[in-house]
Amino acid sequence: MDFELIASTFPRMLAVLDKTLILAASSLAIGFFLAIGLAVASLSRFAVARSLVAGYVYVFRSTPLLVQLFLIYYGSGQFRHAFEAVGLWALFKDAWFCAIFALTLNTAAYSCMIIRGGLQSVPWGQVEAARAVGMSSVLAFRRIVFPIAIRQALPAYSNEMILMVKATSLASTITIIEMTGTAKNIISATYRPVEVFLVAGAFYLTINFLITRAVQALEIWLNPHQRRRSNRRTRVAVPR
Amino acid sequence: MDLGFLGWGARGWGDEFFRGALMTLAVATCAFLLGLVFGSIFASFKLSRHWPLRILGDIYTTVLRGIPELLVIYLIFFGGGALLTSIARGMFAYEGFINLPTFAIGTLCIALSAGAYSTEVIRGAVLAIPKGQFEAANAIGMSPWLKFRHVLFPQAARFALPGLGNVWQYALKDTSLISVVGLVEIMRTASLGAGSTKEPFTFYTTAFLLFMFLAWLSQRVFLRAEKWADRGVRRST
Repeated sequence: MDFELIASTFPRMLAVLDKTLILAASSLAIGFFLAIGLAVASLSRFAVARSLVAGYVYVFRSTPLLVQLFLIYYGSGQFRHAFEAVGLWALFKDAWFCAIFALTLNTAAYSCMIIRGGLQSVPWGQVEAARAVGMSSVLAFRRIVFPIAIRQALPAYSNEMILMVKATSLASTITIIEMTGTAKNIISATYRPVEVFLVAGAFYLTINFLITRAVQALEIWLNPHQRRRSNRRTRVAVPR
Repeated sequence: MDLGFLGWGARGWGDEFFRGALMTLAVATCAFLLGLVFGSIFASFKLSRHWPLRILGDIYTTVLRGIPELLVIYLIFFGGGALLTSIARGMFAYEGFINLPTFAIGTLCIALSAGAYSTEVIRGAVLAIPKGQFEAANAIGMSPWLKFRHVLFPQAARFALPGLGNVWQYALKDTSLISVVGLVEIMRTASLGAGSTKEPFTFYTTAFLLFMFLAWLSQRVFLRAEKWADRGVRRST
């Protein structure tokens, strides 16, 4: 075990940590809002909207992210002139745009199903009660349906967040040297994979551990009605 | 779009894609089966009475599910090569670097990650078996092996099937990552074709559609298997 290599790998990983975080955070943030729209559309009255969403979700969930990424980044090159004509080429020649675009479309497809499950789990009585006090359907969705749905969907969504953090590693295949790309470069320069793997792995595990913990905290915060029953002795200070 | 590129033989890429698809299926199948072996072993660790085994199982699933597959592939591909090279240098004074067979390495990498996911699926399936089943088996004096064969395995297999279908879909999609170390499967074929014809969109779209077809096909197979496994069970709906 080469401890000097571990020590010198650490700052290099730290220097590219922001790239991994930016990729994951931006695609998750945009994908989340896209997924809400898709989930609402997939539960709408309009058959066309429903089947469009179903098709989108099916296509993105049944193909590897790497293929989607290459299709967007390298595939767009085949239509360079067409993209230049409409002024979009500046976007599609940028690896960052393509990576975030592909990751966003991918996570939106998976999150759509998670949020849809959450929306479906909202008891009809809640909607009825909201109607009874005179809420408009938008207000009822914002104040009643969505908060309950998100509470249900949160555990599954934290899985999706971890999968996205892992998925950012694929950006290294389209010239973005984030943590996995850096690890690969150090490995091929030193041929000491184990040490580099330990450092890079520790970074990923730490990110994912923090996400899990943060979501758990969020879940406790969002579920005040379940707080009292579970582990009264261990959790003493419950804010009121 | 000119579809002549899909022709068979020396000028077209149809036969290359066909072989690539077979390679993808071969890697995915071997990795899935090996993953089932890993999954069964580590699920039994996680359900064990002995805490060191439980911790071992926890470490395996946490690490393999929390770290990108690509990083694992780099570790095993370069690490295995470096290990073999140092052994060869020490024992046989071999000069130069040994490259590992990409098929075996690729299969192992996908299997490690599929194994971590199937560990959780199998563990959940075993826990879903009602406790009374084991009590009944004990009551009529079944040996541990007989209990496993007649009580645990058939019921756990039925509960695990939908989850294992998901693991298979993950394994199938993960095989595309092996292309980065040069195994010629669907993705690598597409990259080669895109490079030599300068038509990346055409070739990656073909890969995209091929993966969609394989996913659709395997979904049908798993649905049929689930129907078969549920044949003796009365459904409430």
